[in-house]
Amino acid sequence: MSWSLFLPYLAVMAVVTYLIRMLPLTVFRKDIRSRFARSFLRYIPYAVLGAMTFPDVLYSTGDMRTAAVGVAVAVLLAWRRKSLVTVALAACCAVAAAQAILLLM
Amino acid sequence: MKGYFSHGLRHGIPIGLGYLSVSFAFGMKAVGDGLTWLQAVLISMTNLTSAGQIAALPLMIGGASLTEMALTQLTINLRYALMGLSLGPKLDQSMKTLQRMIFAFADTDEIFAVASSQPGKIGKSYLYGLMVMPWIGWVLGTLLGGVAGTLLPAFVRTALGIAIYGMFLAIILPPAREKKPVRFVVAVAVALSLFFRYIPGLNRVSGGFVIIICAVLAAAAGAALYPAEEGNT
Repeated sequence: MSWSLFLPYLAVMAVVTYLIRMLPLTVFRKDIRSRFARSFLRYIPYAVLGAMTFPDVLYSTGDMRTAAVGVAVAVLLAWRRKSLVTVALAACCAVAAAQAILLLM
Repeated sequence: MKGYFSHGLRHGIPIGLGYLSVSFAFGMKAVGDGLTWLQAVLISMTNLTSAGQIAALPLMIGGASLTEMALTQLTINLRYALMGLSLGPKLDQSMKTLQRMIFAFADTDEIFAVASSQPGKIGKSYLYGLMVMPWIGWVLGTLLGGVAGTLLPAFVRTALGIAIYGMFLAIILPPAREKKPVRFVVAVAVALSLFFRYIPGLNRVSGGFVIIICAVLAAAAGAALYPAEEGNT
């Protein structure tokens, strides 16, 4: 990607992300009073990650069948509270295994 | 207080190792999408955030407006604002405005989780130590993924494509299992995201805005139906 297109994106991303992290720690040092606002902020990460994961994960391996196997394994392990790295690597291994099986069939 | 920096440094090692594997997948994906390895590394050096960086790639490739990029990053990373508000009262006297501005750069989900689980007040030595290994792991993994990712056999590359989503699932499913409101919010967000992908008309909305709309609607519905209790973060 050309640098003249890339650098403005990089600057916007870095500045926005930094300000979100920095301002609440430095400027607004008092608690949020609104119960709705506090709840809303607390639920945002789960909503973001949910919307980012589905349906995109099904297209992440180029074959929905292998992706489905990876998702199934990841869901099972994540549900059992395995660590981030364990779940991520197990999903990759499951996709690799599914690819191998499809090749053999 | 002596040795407090090394204390934080040690606590950062498992985070750094976890970041190494996930950012490897990011570096590989970024280069596969058309960025250079140096561009991928620069993103990781300056942003240090998984979900925001992943969401940025299609926006860059698709030539999205800078406004869409800013709004997408704002929504996806809004959780950091909550973490900052929650962590603020835990910081001791050594954390003046300048020190807070330095630490804010590395206030990721995992660093926040470790920092806020420490007993008592925490100061700048510990927090500066805690920042080091995760940053190195995140940048190094991106570099390795960007440079070496394309050398890997195709079947390994496609298998690694699911790594980041595996991490996302590992973040959202344990709390979803325990808390009904989280379950509800995730279900609504996923349902909306599916509508926006597959329903004709709706699927013309650009990806960054889809995430914003889904997340804001789902979190607002959750906040309206299940207002959170006081002090329970």
